[in-house]
Amino acid sequence: MTNRIPLRPLARILRARDKGHDPDEIERENIRDRQEIQRDNLRVVSERRLLLAAVLTVAAFGLIGLRMWSISSEAVAEPITRSGGSEILAARADIVDRNGRLLATNLQTQSLYAQPPLMTNPERAAAELARVFPGLDAEKLRQDFTGTRKFIWIKRRISPEQRQMVHDIGEPGLLFGPREMRLYPNGAVAAHILGGTKFGAEGVHSAELVGVAGVEKAFDTYLRDPANGGAPLQLSIDLTLQAAIEEVLYDGMRLMSAKGASAVLMEAKTGEVLAMASLPDFDPNDRPAPPVEGDPSDAPIFNRAVQGLYELGSTMKIFATAQALELGLVNPDTHVPTQGPLRAGGFAIKDYKDLSPSQTVTNVIVKSSNIGTARLAQQITVPRQQAFLRALGFLDASPIELIEAPNVRPLMPDPWTELSAMTVSYGHGLSISPLHLATGYSSLLNGGHVVTPTLLKRAAPELGPRIVSEEVSAASREMLRLVVDSEDGTASFARFPGYAIGGKTGSADKPRHTGGYYEDKLISTFAQVFPTDDPQYVLIVMLDEPEITVLGENRRTAGWTAVPVSHEITLRIAPLLGIRPSVEYAGNPELNPG
Amino acid sequence: MRSLLYFLSVALVIGLAYWAYQQNLETQQALKRVTKLQDKIAATHEALAVQRAEWAYLNRPDRLRELAELNFGSLELLPMDPGHFGSIDEVSFPPLPGLSQDGVVRSASGSNGGRP
Repeated sequence: MTNRIPLRPLARILRARDKGHDPDEIERENIRDRQEIQRDNLRVVSERRLLLAAVLTVAAFGLIGLRMWSISSEAVAEPITRSGGSEILAARADIVDRNGRLLATNLQTQSLYAQPPLMTNPERAAAELARVFPGLDAEKLRQDFTGTRKFIWIKRRISPEQRQMVHDIGEPGLLFGPREMRLYPNGAVAAHILGGTKFGAEGVHSAELVGVAGVEKAFDTYLRDPANGGAPLQLSIDLTLQAAIEEVLYDGMRLMSAKGASAVLMEAKTGEVLAMASLPDFDPNDRPAPPVEGDPSDAPIFNRAVQGLYELGSTMKIFATAQALELGLVNPDTHVPTQGPLRAGGFAIKDYKDLSPSQTVTNVIVKSSNIGTARLAQQITVPRQQAFLRALGFLDASPIELIEAPNVRPLMPDPWTELSAMTVSYGHGLSISPLHLATGYSSLLNGGHVVTPTLLKRAAPELGPRIVSEEVSAASREMLRLVVDSEDGTASFARFPGYAIGGKTGSADKPRHTGGYYEDKLISTFAQVFPTDDPQYVLIVMLDEPEITVLGENRRTAGWTAVPVSHEITLRIAPLLGIRPSVEYAGNPELNPG
Repeated sequence: MRSLLYFLSVALVIGLAYWAYQQNLETQQALKRVTKLQDKIAATHEALAVQRAEWAYLNRPDRLRELAELNFGSLELLPMDPGHFGSIDEVSFPPLPGLSQDGVVRSASGSNGGRP
C-alpha cells in the first residue's frame, strides 16, 4: 500500500496560511487526489472481474457447444435400459392345443452365407460345400464364388452338425447368421390346420417368420405381436384326438382305396373343432409348393375339410325333415308318398331302392328316400328352404379362423327353382364343405341353437339364435339313431353296443368337370352325432372315391365305406373323450364291456 | 472465518465430485450386470424353448405309437377302446397300514375300512 498523504499536511497549511490562501482547499485537493487513485484501483479490479466472467461464460458455452457437437456426431445407439427379455418376446408366439401341448414353436438355428471377397480359396470352398450339402451344385457355387457377387445365401437353415462340417472347411468367407426356425414337432399331424410359415424380410442377423396358410396366416398379426408377451395361441384342437383320427382315417382310406379322405370332429354345443383331418397330408416343416399342373384339389396341401366343396348327398336329408317338423307340416309318424319315380321339371327323382307307396317321415330318413325328402321340400317351398339353409351357414363361406375359409363359397343352384329345392333336400345341387356339414349337424342336433365353428378354445358355449325347437332337435336325433340301430337302416355298421350313436349316410355321384356326373365315382359321407341322448360330439367322415370288394361285390356307398371307418374312429375317440358305454344301449350282453 | 468457509466449500465440492463419480461407476456396473443377466435370461429362455420343442418332438403321437408297438412284449399297450373302462373297485390298492392279511382292522385309524 502506498504511503498515505495526510489530508492536511501541516507544512503546506502553514505555508498557505502565510500566503493568505484557504487551507481547506488543500484538504479538498488531497481528497480528490485520493479518490482518483481509489477509482483507478477499482477500475482495474472490475476490469479483471469482467474478463474473468467473460472467460467463464465463453468456456461454459464452449463446453455446451462441444457436447452438442459430440452428441450430434456420434452414432445412434439403443438406450441401455431394456425391458427384461425383450429379444425373446419379439419372437413368433407358439401355438398349442387345447391341453397346452405344443403344435408349433420356434427353434434357433443357423443360416449359412458366403462373402466371396473374404474367401481365400473359392474353388476348394465350392467343392467342399457341395460335399457337405449333397443338394448343392459345385460348379454353380464355383461360378458364384469366383464371380463378381459380394454376398450369397447358401442355406437358410442348417443343423448344428452341418455347421460344424462347414466350420471344418476352414474358409473365412463362409459365415453364419442366427435364424429363428418354425418347428412343428408333431410332423404331419394337424398339418392343414397349422398351415406353415416362410421367411419374410431377411437380414444377416435375423429373419421374420411369416405365416403362409392355415392359422399361421389367419393369426399372423397376433402371433407376431410383441404386445402379447409371448402368450401362446391356444387352439380348440386336441392333439391326441387329432392323431388318433388321422391314423384311423388313413388306414380306412387305404383299405377303401379312396384317393382322399377327410374328417371333422366338432363339439356340438360350442362349435369348437376338436379335430379336423384331410388326407393326403403333408409335413408343415417342409410345406410343399402349390402344384402348377393337375387338379389343385388333389394336392396334399388342399384342405378337403374346409376347401373341398362336395355334394354331400343324403346327409342333407335330415335338414329337410327337421324343417318340415319345425314348420309343423308333418310329425315323425306322418306318412309321405314315396312312390317313384317322381317327375318334376323334366327330371325323374328315383330312390336307390324302390320303396313302398308311402313311408313315415322317420322311415324317409332311415331308408334314405330321395322322393320322400323331395316331397317335403315341395311343401317347405323355396324361400323358406333358402332361409333355413342360410341360417345354418350353408350358403356362405365358413367363418372358421383359417385363411383359406373366406374364399370357399358354397356352390348353389342359380336360379333356385322348385326342382333345385327338391334336389338340394337330398344333397344334390348344393356343394358345401365337410366343415359346413359339421356346423349344420351341431346346430341342428345340439338342442337347436346355431353354433359358429371355431378353432379357438372357448371357455363357455356360445349359443347362437335358435333354429329349431328342442323337440325337433330331439326328434331328429332319434331318427338318426334309428338309421344306425334299426334293422333296415343304412348305417348298421356304425352300431356299437353301449353307445347311442345316430348318423346319416350320404353317397353322392361325383360331378364331372365337364358337366354331368361320373357313374362309378362317389363321395361317401357319414355324419354322426353321439351320444344321441346327450348330444356332445358331431363327427363327419368323408371318403373321396372309395371302393371295396365285399363278398365278391364292389361296394362304394357310404354304408359300406364311410360308416365302418367312422365306426372305427368312434371306438378310438370315445374313451379319449371319456364317454363310457352305457348299459341302456348295451344290446348284446355278451359284448357289454366292463 | 472466511478462509474456513473457503476450505469447507472446496471440501464439499471435492466430496460431491467423489460421490457423483462413485454413483456413476456404480450405475455403469449395475447396467453391465443387468445386460449380463438379460443375456443369461435370454439364453435360458432359448434353452428352455429347445427343451420344450424336444419334449414335444419326443412325445409326438407317431413316435409314441411306434414305441408302444416296439415294446408290446413288455408293456402290452393297445389303443384305448370302450372295453377299457373299469370301475374303481377293480383297482388293486396297496393294503392299508394296520390291515392284516385276514382283513381284520386292528388300528383305530383304519377302522372305517374305506379305500382312498
